[in-house]
Amino acid sequence: MTAEKFVESTGFKVVCMPNPERNISGAYIGDLLSWVMGRAESDNVWITIMSNSNIVAVATLADVGCILLAEGVTLDSEVVALAAEKGVNILSTDVSCYDAAIEVSKVI
Amino acid sequence: MNRYYYDLHLHSCLSPCGDDDNTPNNLCGMASLLGINILALTDHNTTKNCPAFFTAAKRYGIIPVAGMELTTSEDIHVVCLFEELDDAMRFGDYVETKRYLVKNKPDFFGRQQILDGDDNLLSEEEYLLSNATMISIEEVYSAVKDYRGIAYPAHIDRDANGIIAILGAIPPDTEFRLFELHDGERIEEYSKAYSIPAENFIISSDAHVLTDMREKENYFDLDDEPYSSAKVRKELFRILDRRNSENR
Repeated sequence: MTAEKFVESTGFKVVCMPNPERNISGAYIGDLLSWVMGRAESDNVWITIMSNSNIVAVATLADVGCILLAEGVTLDSEVVALAAEKGVNILSTDVSCYDAAIEVSKVI
Repeated sequence: MNRYYYDLHLHSCLSPCGDDDNTPNNLCGMASLLGINILALTDHNTTKNCPAFFTAAKRYGIIPVAGMELTTSEDIHVVCLFEELDDAMRFGDYVETKRYLVKNKPDFFGRQQILDGDDNLLSEEEYLLSNATMISIEEVYSAVKDYRGIAYPAHIDRDANGIIAILGAIPPDTEFRLFELHDGERIEEYSKAYSIPAENFIISSDAHVLTDMREKENYFDLDDEPYSSAKVRKELFRILDRRNSENR
């Protein structure tokens, strides 16, 4: 499923979507970036509450399909700009990581 | 110029995880036995045992430094040190307004005791001290600087609450220039991996129990004439400031 289709199916908010055709499959949940780097898989929806700008670098390294910010976490505009520049899709939702994961599992 | 052995990261019985025997007097007495000259008290998110620590330090001939180990909103530990006790206390008041107030459970987390200079109990901190504050890793450096202090990430060689474990790397645009290592054997490794000059690493014990305090090993050579503990502290901060401001 593409990132764009994923957003249509789930209703998650778009923070930035520089790569709408990006393939998405599976999910990983984690906030400890050193773990995420080694454990998230390519194309995953990465669900996190971490808002530090390093999430963009980690998303690129782990080659995830998109970042999904849970719990209504917001980003500084510089982080959003960086993600847009690096081609990293970022979505957000007000629900918890657990509830977000349930929504994700319904569509992929 | 004289050699001063240091340990700039220690917890007292005010930190929930700090042993009840880590009273200001016991910390200073132990440091004196170990040959440590400069000792910083860095309890989690508080400076409230620093006044007692200064009294105890005088008794044992230790040069005290007032500090705090701040937990950022990302759960990263940052060592904050102040040349002046007053500045540390004012910073402590500021952090007080940035804490999430969760009641401490002493049976589980440990007691949080505020003592006087003779190790008498003054009061107990009601809310847990070690949890994350509202201050983010990007804000710490300037926040501490506003109170004339120096901040640097704690134990970057550890997984628990170390900046590298949590953020995956040292953020490229970071304002930090000094970094603490728990293990002094790893200076070369971290210096190479992160392009940090070897002299910018501070090695400290992060002792939560007296037996984790270490024999004297790491030192600064400081110009200390005319001698006073304030003069030594001033020179220490001059050196830290210099290493902190170079190569920006």
